[in-house]
Amino acid sequence: MTFDFGQVALVLVFAIVPILGIILGLNSPGLRSRGPILIGIVAGILPILAIYIPKNFVSGNGGMSPRLDAWLIILAGFALLLGVVNVLQNNFRKVARRESGWFFSIVLLTGLFVTGGFGIYGAVSRTGIGFNPDGSSTPFKYMTDWFFQPLQSTIFALLAFFMASAAFRAFRARNVEATILLIAAGLVMIGRVPILEFLAVPFPFLHAAAASGSQALGRLTEWIMDVPNGAAQSGIIIGAALGAASMAIRVILGIERGYLGLGKGE
Amino acid sequence: MKSAGCMTLIGLFLAANVFAAPIDAPATLPPDLPLPQNLIAKDKPGDSGGAVVLTWTDPASLPAGTEIEVLRAEPPAYEWQPVAKVAAGTGTYTDTSAKDGTAYRYGVRTSLAAADSTGAVSVAASTGAPVVSEPVSSHDNWFKVERTNSFVASILFVIIILGSIQMARSGKEIFIRRIPGLNAIDEAIGRATEVGKKVMYIPGIQSMDDIQTVASVAILGHVARSTARYGTDLEVPNKDPLTFASAREVVRAAYLAEGRPDLFREEMVNYVTYDQFAFTAAVSAKMTREKPAAIFLVGYFFAESLILAETGQSTGAIQIAGQADPTQLPFFVATCDYTLIGEELYAASAYLSREPVLLGSIRGQDIAKGILILIAILGIVLASVHVVDLSPLFRTR
Repeated sequence: MTFDFGQVALVLVFAIVPILGIILGLNSPGLRSRGPILIGIVAGILPILAIYIPKNFVSGNGGMSPRLDAWLIILAGFALLLGVVNVLQNNFRKVARRESGWFFSIVLLTGLFVTGGFGIYGAVSRTGIGFNPDGSSTPFKYMTDWFFQPLQSTIFALLAFFMASAAFRAFRARNVEATILLIAAGLVMIGRVPILEFLAVPFPFLHAAAASGSQALGRLTEWIMDVPNGAAQSGIIIGAALGAASMAIRVILGIERGYLGLGKGE
Repeated sequence: MKSAGCMTLIGLFLAANVFAAPIDAPATLPPDLPLPQNLIAKDKPGDSGGAVVLTWTDPASLPAGTEIEVLRAEPPAYEWQPVAKVAAGTGTYTDTSAKDGTAYRYGVRTSLAAADSTGAVSVAASTGAPVVSEPVSSHDNWFKVERTNSFVASILFVIIILGSIQMARSGKEIFIRRIPGLNAIDEAIGRATEVGKKVMYIPGIQSMDDIQTVASVAILGHVARSTARYGTDLEVPNKDPLTFASAREVVRAAYLAEGRPDLFREEMVNYVTYDQFAFTAAVSAKMTREKPAAIFLVGYFFAESLILAETGQSTGAIQIAGQADPTQLPFFVATCDYTLIGEELYAASAYLSREPVLLGSIRGQDIAKGILILIAILGIVLASVHVVDLSPLFRTR
């Protein structure tokens, strides 16, 4: 058995230290708040080190940084369990108290237990959640294919209608900026479809002019998207990247504590 | 007589094979292929190990189609094993199948493949014994040399941020421009208090490993303090379980800090589902049924951004959004009353808390942005007048 420095260091920092912190912190609120900050500092520094240090124990396949990512998934698994418990608690309470919309909770709980039950049945019967040995769908897959996915698609399809209503509101020429937006949006929309060719269909003598006009509109659209739009996007991206880096430094240094629910001096 | 007949048959058989053999060979086979020279084998610098870089000089005027065969011998037997073939003129090969710590010897030799009339390829000519390198072993390294530019820039950025924080600590007044979206937070919560309706805060759909979510949860702390102060109802629906756990602790801590733990209820911060569109449907339905007076959409959103923001807009709620990803920003700008754009989202925590140390880091960020703008302008000018192209300085692998 070989000594894995990365693994030992991770276990020390993320398992032994927090447990000790919790035990010692029972009588020391200061220590209780410093524990998460310390973990945040180490968890924040490790991925940065992995970018610059190619040593195996840091960024190799079994190194500290990839292992930390794997631990995050395990942690998320436990947190998901917490989430499921929360869903059950909230909806059972709603039904028990006959709160507003309690019948929706019954639908939700039924869906949760039926789908979960089919999943557990698949695991216990070793048929899995995909196909039966004869090629037919398992009950879980049937639920996914014929209930879940159509519902997902329905919600996603709503986006088209919302986009139209949002565009209608955004493109009203209320002031100079909105008017520029309206003109740019109109040009981009027209430049993305062969509208001139379509309009020129009944007039054969206009076909050539429509084709060249359409090409010119296409080039204008590309220019609007690449130059003014691209420049503005680059500005936002650079600003956001610096903001994210600054926030990351604040988290790593333990200055930013808001995400832990800790304020100044805590 | 019998033995003479047998000898004739064997002779015919041998003759048939001997005359058949030359079909595989090319018509113009060079008699001797020269060997490559100056073979050097080195561990690949700046990697995680397992790679050896070979360089050599190819002989001049090799026939077309000549290849350089790379061979490797490992202890203890040191028998040559083929590793790869590269086209003549390449001059380099990286063996990525090396085991760290094993002292290999590498060899290269010239070979020329030829096809027979049936199209089958065979090595028609080779230099035979290869040129051999010194023993070499691969190992993992301490620094990725090709990322030096990014490393130096990061160190400079950290120095600027720390310097600005130090300046803020010394008590120097720091000016931060007004951010309307953040000033509107109290206005939105105040409105919800007046009409007696709840405040809904959606911290995006990503987990706590996303910096936007971390920023959003920090803003949630400020919003929760305000709702605790005013006694306004708050609801925080979550899609990600880790964000849910974190958001609950933050809200609980905010109510405790404001001295109103009695107002905190566990169901304020609730988990909905891990599916994106199921979450969207559930939250949209809540918006429509319960009509919150203020809706915060702060964090990382994808396609659901417009569905949520439009639904919220249709309920008449005052909406404040925050997002750093430019792809979803236009949707929020079109549908929300206020939008925190890009860096404003990350500055929110400092702006709202007014802590000098946090404000110092915002100042540092602005200085770094100023330096970048200057470098960009300088780069544009130098590239336009064809003096020097600065872009290679900023390339990172």
